[in-house]
Amino acid sequence: MSFQATKELEAEVDELVTHYPVKRAASLMVLHAIQEKFGWISREAVLWTAKKLELPPINIQEILTFYPMLRQEPMGKYQIKVCRTLSCALGGAYELREHLCKKFGLDAHAHGAQTTSDGKFTVEFVECLASCGTAPVMMCNDDFYEGVSHAKADEIVGKCK
Amino acid sequence: MSTAATTEIKPAPPVEKIKVKVDGREIEVPKTMADPISGKPIPTTMIQACELAKQEVPHYCYHPKLPVVGNCRMCLVEYGMPAMGPDRKPVLNADGSPKISKMPRPAISCATPVSPGMEIYTNTPGVKQMREGVLESLLINHPLDCPICDQAGECKLQEYSVDYGQSASRFVEAKVHKPKAVDLGPRIMLDAERCILCTRCIRFTRDIAGDDALGIVNRGSYNTIATFPGLPFDNNYTLNTVDICPVGALTSKDFRFKMRVWFLKETKSVCTSCATGCNIIIGSREEKIQRYTPRENDAVNGPWMCDAGRLNYKWIGREDRLKDVLVRGQKSTWTAALNEISDKLKKAPAGSVAIIASARQTNEELWLISKLKAKLGAISDSIPRDGKGDKILVSADKNPNTNGARLTGICFTEMGINLVKISDGIASGKIKTLIVFGENIVKRAVANEKLRERETISEVVDEHGITAELLQKLDTLIVSDILPNETTKLAHYVLPGAAHAEKRGSFTNTKGRVQKFMKAVEAPGDARAEWEFLHDLVHNVTGQNGFVTIEGLFNQMAKEVPAFNGVTWQALGDTGLTVQI
Repeated sequence: MSFQATKELEAEVDELVTHYPVKRAASLMVLHAIQEKFGWISREAVLWTAKKLELPPINIQEILTFYPMLRQEPMGKYQIKVCRTLSCALGGAYELREHLCKKFGLDAHAHGAQTTSDGKFTVEFVECLASCGTAPVMMCNDDFYEGVSHAKADEIVGKCK
Repeated sequence: MSTAATTEIKPAPPVEKIKVKVDGREIEVPKTMADPISGKPIPTTMIQACELAKQEVPHYCYHPKLPVVGNCRMCLVEYGMPAMGPDRKPVLNADGSPKISKMPRPAISCATPVSPGMEIYTNTPGVKQMREGVLESLLINHPLDCPICDQAGECKLQEYSVDYGQSASRFVEAKVHKPKAVDLGPRIMLDAERCILCTRCIRFTRDIAGDDALGIVNRGSYNTIATFPGLPFDNNYTLNTVDICPVGALTSKDFRFKMRVWFLKETKSVCTSCATGCNIIIGSREEKIQRYTPRENDAVNGPWMCDAGRLNYKWIGREDRLKDVLVRGQKSTWTAALNEISDKLKKAPAGSVAIIASARQTNEELWLISKLKAKLGAISDSIPRDGKGDKILVSADKNPNTNGARLTGICFTEMGINLVKISDGIASGKIKTLIVFGENIVKRAVANEKLRERETISEVVDEHGITAELLQKLDTLIVSDILPNETTKLAHYVLPGAAHAEKRGSFTNTKGRVQKFMKAVEAPGDARAEWEFLHDLVHNVTGQNGFVTIEGLFNQMAKEVPAFNGVTWQALGDTGLTVQI
């Protein structure tokens, strides 16, 4: 969805700003609010945020580029995050990601998040999801899955409509 | 020296002093020093104490004129504090001296305040080891491309590598590659791989230039200095970031790949682009100017200068410079032309000569012109050059020596008000001879009738009525200039002059600071410094013998011009003196 400075967003951001002693302190929460609504944070959104918080746009750009979970491009409808920290890496996280990439026709050796051309799925590695005893683990949007075998992954993906 | 001339702008208020030891040497330092941005007193830091003790501490991110961030870690030092007993009294050694307990960990000297009795150690084996470690870490992703880097020769990475570096890198892994030749703005190029992320440029543009355009994007080893996409780094002070960049990350598009800095001859000079008179260093090689860089003078420009002034040097080397003495369009010699002019001026009846001098000329030259003016009973003025100023360095007055012209009596406080008298005098035939220095008067000329109409509408009197048609009514038009223009084309006598970089002299800036500048390059062809031929002319016409050296000339002027009383060429030093204007 492309960015629009709706009245709703405006009201939400105005309210957010009141939580902080200075406007700049609200930067991160404003970006969260925008991502919540539009799925990603476009250049226009950064410019709008900067203007709203009375900052030069580079101050917002610094935050946006620092956090990988703040998205600089549109992501898939279903975002699959595969944990690759030690236990999961040993438990087959790399194979799991490769399996998913092959399934979706994505490059298994590419760095960073990848989205299918139909915009339905995004696959990426993330760091520890805090369930080391049940490796490998992954998330599909906000749902958490443990002990994900390739068959289980197919089943989870199958439920995504 | 007179009371009017002072070296300081304002005396520092008395500050409590504390005693510290730097490498065993005791010195007294002020307890607080002025914050570079707000000017408010803040605690003196160890690096400032070391500087006062003339002990250099290597550093990258620290800059005396910028806020402290403490991110490069190069200035780590070890230190000790007087030991305190359980009774909160200092513990003493057997000889009665306070016992110093050495702190177990080092501290960054740029951000640690000094306290009474502190001992700072800058040269211990531990400190040396830390510097080696920090430097090695900074060089991990550095491309080590000094042979093709513009910063080579004035690079802190290079200098400290000599002191603390290793001849071979231990880093065998693949280096992180970052963007190269990034177009940050119209005058700045960034090589992100060379950058050590000291953030001097970010702090400068945010806190000094007031344009928060730069930031660090991305994360970890991919950290990169950047502007917001589509918003170029383009204010009038961007090139200062090239000066303060301790490495070769930010380079000037104007200077990059032009010259190895160690080939440059450095000459102390003053910028002529406005009345502020920023102190500069002219870098030249083989009679060609390669760059201007600011020269620190806290009474005028600090360590900065504007981009417009910095890049305003190319006209000096222009091919079409006036190189020959011309008498009615024919090439002549200085002796012949000056003799002819002197004869004419000697015969000229009082009131028949007018002089338009330039506030781009030096104090000495304007003073010599005022001598001519007095002898000839001439009317004189100069051309105002108004533009836009800012709150940092740029003055709205684009003449470098407006105050010089006022103090030597060439013009009134309001420059340009005599021009109408001169144009009327030429029109009525009363003025037969006009001498013009360094001003293309035809350029701003508007026919008198039109000008009068305009004056009733606005108060701006940048224009005047001395048109090309009027100039043709003159019996004699003597023009001295540097570049050819419409006025030099009309002149009966053309005397080729020298740019400020080609002569010595002094300017009086907008605040009354008299600053001298040195000669960097030779003037082309027969062109001569104006003060040299003016000296000859004044001698011929008035019979007064002046001084053939600039020192003597300045000192003579200082005796005769009240504002300059008590100032001498020598006393001006490198940073000038402020006189009452």
